Amino acid sequence: MSTFGTPPEDRQRQIAHPVVLKGVTRTYRLDAVDVPALTDINLVILPNRFTVISGPSGSGKTTLLNLIGCIDRADQGSIMVGGKAVQTMDDDTLSDFRAHQLGFVFQNFNLLQVLTAYENVEYPLVLTGVPADKRRARVTALLESVGLADRAKNRPGQLSGGQRQRVAIARALALRPQLVLADEPTANLDSKTGSDIIALMREMQQRHKVSFIFSSHDPKVLEAADDAVHIQDGRITSIERRLAMAESRP
Amino acid sequence: MNTLSLAWRNLLRNRRRSLMTLVAMVLGLMAILLFGGYIRDIKYAIQTDSVKVTGHLQIQHKDYFRFGSGNPAAYGIANYERILAAVKQDPELADLVTVVTPTLQFGGIAGNFSAGLSRTAWISGSVVEDQARMRLWNDYGRRILSKHLSLAGTPLDSAVIGTGVARVLQLCSALNVPDCPPETPKAAADGAALDQDIAALATRTTAPVAAEKPGQARIEILATNSRGAPNVSAVNVLRAEFQGVKELDDMYIGLHLSQAQRLIFGAAPPQVTAIIVQLKHTAQIPQARERLETLLKTSFKDEPLSVIDYETLNPFYGQTLAMFNAIFSFISVLIGAIVLFTVTNTMSMAIIERTVEIGTLRAIGLRQRGIRSMFVTEGIMLGCFGAVLGLGAAMAGEWFFNLLHLSWIPPGRVEQVALSVRLTGENTLMIGSAVALVIVAALSAILPAARAARMNIVEALRHV
Repeated sequence: MSTFGTPPEDRQRQIAHPVVLKGVTRTYRLDAVDVPALTDINLVILPNRFTVISGPSGSGKTTLLNLIGCIDRADQGSIMVGGKAVQTMDDDTLSDFRAHQLGFVFQNFNLLQVLTAYENVEYPLVLTGVPADKRRARVTALLESVGLADRAKNRPGQLSGGQRQRVAIARALALRPQLVLADEPTANLDSKTGSDIIALMREMQQRHKVSFIFSSHDPKVLEAADDAVHIQDGRITSIERRLAMAESRP
Repeated sequence: MNTLSLAWRNLLRNRRRSLMTLVAMVLGLMAILLFGGYIRDIKYAIQTDSVKVTGHLQIQHKDYFRFGSGNPAAYGIANYERILAAVKQDPELADLVTVVTPTLQFGGIAGNFSAGLSRTAWISGSVVEDQARMRLWNDYGRRILSKHLSLAGTPLDSAVIGTGVARVLQLCSALNVPDCPPETPKAAADGAALDQDIAALATRTTAPVAAEKPGQARIEILATNSRGAPNVSAVNVLRAEFQGVKELDDMYIGLHLSQAQRLIFGAAPPQVTAIIVQLKHTAQIPQARERLETLLKTSFKDEPLSVIDYETLNPFYGQTLAMFNAIFSFISVLIGAIVLFTVTNTMSMAIIERTVEIGTLRAIGLRQRGIRSMFVTEGIMLGCFGAVLGLGAAMAGEWFFNLLHLSWIPPGRVEQVALSVRLTGENTLMIGSAVALVIVAALSAILPAARAARMNIVEALRHV
């Protein structure tokens, strides 16, 4: 059985791995012009941390997050996620890896409009073949933990922005991933709701012993981070570790 | 939540577009099925029409069909009465056969010699009572519009001729045939001389002919007898009936079998050119043919006979069906292309609208295959709904069309036949068309689905 095929309930027993990027370069080709998005990125993101990648617009935050999230491929360099060299995986293996090891929270929530809150959270579990009774228990627990148990039957269109993002967080955690990636998760939320979401994610990170990596230029997110990676013009300008290497939040 | 549930909800996401696609599919399937049902009905109509006249099978001299029609004496069946009896008494055939009857067909000259007019003719002698029973064959339960045989219950010297024959022989006023030229007193002197010769021959070789009655006409039929000598028979023409095809109408003369035999065989033992076998059901042809051939090989092994089916006897039948099948195929391909285009368009639109969703699904771990199957499932689901609704619509269309009680005269036929659509019971046509629609819908979705599956995840997530 592959590591990322491990049942979610057993996942917590696994050793948490850092995300390691070595000499990573990513260049986009736009209208026959090569635009470097990331250049020679060397970075270690420690497990079970609340890490923020910050920087101005166009600095390469989202590209870096996409590479770590295995939805984009580096032109050069190597990336290790969950102890696996992801750049050598084929598309199906990467899909399975994402399904089992990674969770995603998007700026625009990206919930499936035709599914209820409950079904959106359930979807990754269905995708990976988790039995119905275990799904039910997991989804119910997650919705309760994000405070949306009473909204389980609502579709995304019937939820506020903050509620949608809560559903997205619950979905990201459904399969007990090692790593949750959140791309500007508060960008489309008002200040109060954004703060609530950050608090919720922090709570989830601690409760579920999972790494959270954000891309954000929201000061509130930056303030809440354990580690902060600053990036500009596709290059890391600073890495701020607010907890000691071996330390983690209680 | 499962794949089908997700597909159903996605179809409901843009109801108007899904509905329009569904309408296109339903109309397409309905059009195909109604046309298919119409062709089926034509097939059964022509088959019924053919079987009523020529039967399902005919026992003939083995060379008569190919080159014996001009020489009934050389290519006739001498022992036809024994064969008739054998067929009628055969226990296996008894369960299959409705009518077994002889017929004698040959060419000759029909003359209104008193007016100095004559023309070549195709003469058909039959046992009219048997032919009348053959006309009752209606295995497909069709609406019957045909009339009874004019020769039924008439004296043996009676005849029915084509309207073309009546016009050429200037018998229009006597037989009430429309669209005739004015009758001219043609070549009275020559005609009188000829009339005397023919009349003398007719007097010598045939039984006395009843006196001509009002509404009737008398003609003489000249044919070569079995010894190669000319023979003449005078008959009373009861009616002139249009025979559907001008070539036949200009030549047709229908006689009682005994009259036709007397003309060809005189006092010699009579023969026939064919023994018509009409079965209860067309599907029994292979079984009946096999039994007939066995019977002929065993009991009449010295007779050079063969068994021919109605499709061979009526090449028109196969040609007509082939033509309609070609049209049906052509229309099906056209409609299939329209459905293909419509569903492809619908799927492409759906994919554009759901690009971010595709990116999201891929990001959270759905494989490319999963994306493909999601859209193909939607296509198949659309196809299934289209198939079910299309079948229902076609059945309703069949019911409505058949309420109209339309009729027509098929090419080459004489009588009005019911024009209807036959879908009920045509399971192969209906299920085949419905399955084809689902396949087309699935195929239509495959290409857009493959495109969706290949989308770059990052670009899909960025899509606005």
